[in-house]
Amino acid sequence: CTMSKNLRIGRSYQKKLAGDHRIIRFRCALNNTIGDVLKQRPGWVESKEGEDWDFYWCDIGWLRENFDHIYMEEHVRICHFRNHFELTRKNLMVKNLKRLKKQLERESKSESAKCDFFPMTYELPSEYHIFVEEFKKNPGTVWIMKPIAKSQGKGIFLFRRLKDIIDWKKEGYRANNEERKEETKDVETYIVQRYLGNPYLIGGKKFDLRIYVLVTSYVPLKAWLYRDGFARFSNARFTLDSIDDSYVHLTNVAVQKTAPDYDPEKGCKWSLQQLRHYLTAKHGYETVANVYQQMNEIFIKSLQSVQKIIINDKHCFELYGYDILLDSNLKLWLLEVNASPSLTASNQEDYDLKVGLLEDTLNIIDMEGSLTGNEKRVGNFDLMWNDGPVYAEDGSTDALGGPSYATNTYLGCHNDRKRQLNQLFRSLQNKKTAAG
Amino acid sequence: MASNNVSEVAALITEIIGNLNGSTLQAQLKRAAQKEVEKSTVTSATLKSDIITSLKTSGWEKILRNEIYKQINCIPKCFDSSIPFECQKEPLMYMRKAQANWEKRILKSMNSMCTELSIPLARKRPADEQRDLLHKWNEMGTDEPDLSHFRPVYAPKDFLEVISSVRNPNYCSLYGHESEEYPEVCSEHWGLIQVPLEVPRLTELQEKFSEFCSSLPQGGIDDSVDAPTESFQNERNRIARRVLDEKRGVLAQHFCRRGCPSGNRAEMWQLALGVTVDHLAILKYDQLKGYVLQHDLLVDSLIYKDVKLTSVNDDYYFVFEDYLYQVLLVFSRDTTVLDHFVHSSASPPKSYIRGKLGLEEFSVIYPPNGVIPFHGFSMYATPLCYLYSEPIRLYYMFREMYTRYFHRLHSISSHPQGIISLCLLFESTLQSTHPRLFRHLQEIGCQPLKIAFKWLVRAFSGYLATEQLLLLWDRIIGYGSLLILPLLAVAIFLFRQSNLLLITSASGVEGSLADITTLHVVPLLQLILFPT
Repeated sequence: CTMSKNLRIGRSYQKKLAGDHRIIRFRCALNNTIGDVLKQRPGWVESKEGEDWDFYWCDIGWLRENFDHIYMEEHVRICHFRNHFELTRKNLMVKNLKRLKKQLERESKSESAKCDFFPMTYELPSEYHIFVEEFKKNPGTVWIMKPIAKSQGKGIFLFRRLKDIIDWKKEGYRANNEERKEETKDVETYIVQRYLGNPYLIGGKKFDLRIYVLVTSYVPLKAWLYRDGFARFSNARFTLDSIDDSYVHLTNVAVQKTAPDYDPEKGCKWSLQQLRHYLTAKHGYETVANVYQQMNEIFIKSLQSVQKIIINDKHCFELYGYDILLDSNLKLWLLEVNASPSLTASNQEDYDLKVGLLEDTLNIIDMEGSLTGNEKRVGNFDLMWNDGPVYAEDGSTDALGGPSYATNTYLGCHNDRKRQLNQLFRSLQNKKTAAG
Repeated sequence: MASNNVSEVAALITEIIGNLNGSTLQAQLKRAAQKEVEKSTVTSATLKSDIITSLKTSGWEKILRNEIYKQINCIPKCFDSSIPFECQKEPLMYMRKAQANWEKRILKSMNSMCTELSIPLARKRPADEQRDLLHKWNEMGTDEPDLSHFRPVYAPKDFLEVISSVRNPNYCSLYGHESEEYPEVCSEHWGLIQVPLEVPRLTELQEKFSEFCSSLPQGGIDDSVDAPTESFQNERNRIARRVLDEKRGVLAQHFCRRGCPSGNRAEMWQLALGVTVDHLAILKYDQLKGYVLQHDLLVDSLIYKDVKLTSVNDDYYFVFEDYLYQVLLVFSRDTTVLDHFVHSSASPPKSYIRGKLGLEEFSVIYPPNGVIPFHGFSMYATPLCYLYSEPIRLYYMFREMYTRYFHRLHSISSHPQGIISLCLLFESTLQSTHPRLFRHLQEIGCQPLKIAFKWLVRAFSGYLATEQLLLLWDRIIGYGSLLILPLLAVAIFLFRQSNLLLITSASGVEGSLADITTLHVVPLLQLILFPT
């Protein structure tokens, strides 16, 4: 990328053109759904290499190299926060959560208990000895080793005996570091985590949940929750016997794709709505509503834990993909937060979901200036936190029949996105014409 | 009960008592009664009334009532022993003949597949293969046997061809003979089905399905998102709880008529159909599982292939693949399924021990349960996987649903709920409620039954969204009738009629009706039954 240092971005931005349509110049680093969505958005024009832009869906590599060297005009938007890795790197997230938990313990025991959604985790090599102590306390439990920076399931393995990890330390770890010497000078960090051996199974299969959260500001914290998401199933049947079989345990679609019996046409996903129906039929409304409320705690607490650390820049927003696991006791666990959740679609339904997700993200970023800023719902995004909890209005017709929600979140609930958007933009239009 | 005749009732009672004689329930009741007698509070003077009271309070009376209710639902209405058995199964001779020919065709197809692939119909598994299979019992879906040479024995469209060609030889048109110049005028029916069976008119159906009337709140409408009140749903939940606590099958069945709340549906259906999974049932299932391990049947490969082709390809049902094998493989070994042939026009297919073709003493029923699966058969079981996650309960629920209702969807018979009557009801209702649409479709060369048939044969499984399908099957169980299926099919055509009237080709119509997953079942049924 031929950007000179200290470049000014978004300069020739025209506030208003004839016909009340702004032209928004965008760049996009990815060649998938987001590209389609940006190109189809009315009034948005793709700017070429070297040209000025108002919006960039960038990749994190570009951000790391260029963010500090550019000056963005006020209206410019970019899709990552400078130090998002405080939330998305597994070891940093754990550290931040632990700190939040300690902080809350001083204030309120009940609040700190709500932080119990991440499995016991230690960083290696720095916390090796603490880990070994804990390991010895619970012999026979399964632990999972994950490199902090890799994704798509690379470099992950499970073990039950200390011997396995000692062997790995001697050979595998060093071998990995040999590879890495070309890339960075530092030694690779891993985390070792208590493996969740009792996942909730459907049809004998393990699954995890992918849920999308949009953060438009950290200070004050403003976060939106997308109603739709999906459950990703493992292709093979779950059993702790086959620890070596990484296909069983890792549910990332990326890993599943390399499993011998993977059928790309199959799309081993369920929508969150489908999952919600299934769980409700099994466990009843109340129980399932509580489970979904548990999720809110996960999102809010995880964001709060990094709120003071993330460099809050008004140009930045970020769409996170949360990976969550449900265990057989209907408790939720946070596995990971992704700053660049996959936007490639595996089938038509997936494509439609991602298009909706991205369109609504852009609706909320609102470069066109259509929204008032007081909305609690835009398309399928519900405002979850606005410097404080957001509550659904009483008697709101958005509520699913059944126990009404205190908070303004509707995961897996009824999905009438297009109708809501029509209503919203029509009422905004009316307000504008009324205002003259 | 519909019968008014005293002798009919008497015959029914005799039949039920005969069925209960020697059954487990009788033994259990006897034991409970004996326990009561041993109590010191019982005197010989009041023996009878004391036992009856104790059986009432301990809940045995309810169990007996449920069993009797179940029997009433399952026993065919005709008890006259002077009528030969085959006529009781199917009174019309030309239907019997058509069904017999159809069965011959299916068996022939299966046998020829056997000889082509040189696979025996049944073979005993060697010990290590048995061990393997036992080990893999919970994950048979991971097996990827080579099924490329197997073809399904038949598909619904083959079956449609057969039933379209059934004719009543005694029937002749008004013109006295088939006129070559005006063949259209001479045929009584404009649709595909050409047999003059009586089908209920809309007024009769309105009476039968009176609880669909729009003045009554319904599960599937009033508990949906857009409805402003939660009270209907709370009320339904409350009543459901009471019905389940009361443990009466007849109440559960009536409750289903207006839809079950999803949290109670599994239990409600089980109570309504009178399916009890006690330790004997579990033993029986294990015994059947043992049969599966011991012998490999050709039918197993057909089942595998069907599951892989249909259920696994479905976006929602693929998860339940393993359960389907555990249910369907066991199902084909279950000889109690043979009992349902008493009230079906079909007969179980026979095969002969090698070398003894034609000799009756060497004939065996193949497969043991007498049901040869066709393309899409596994879809009868898939929606149930949604409700029951324990394979044994799932199995018995599937078996009950099949032997009570679904078997009628793939055999040729004059039964008022048989597939032929359902097809005829579909065609005649569509013609009478919207003749213009019917005529238009015919003019562009599209027979509406060709599209609706696949929905009917599968009871809409795999075509509707799961929630909607379960609401539909609520009503099948609630009213104990499949007549709802053709009504829904007509409603779907009517719902999309403005689109259909503009289409000018048969393939266009198919395209327009290819995806019905977005439709809501209950408002559609109200549309057709009680149009305002």
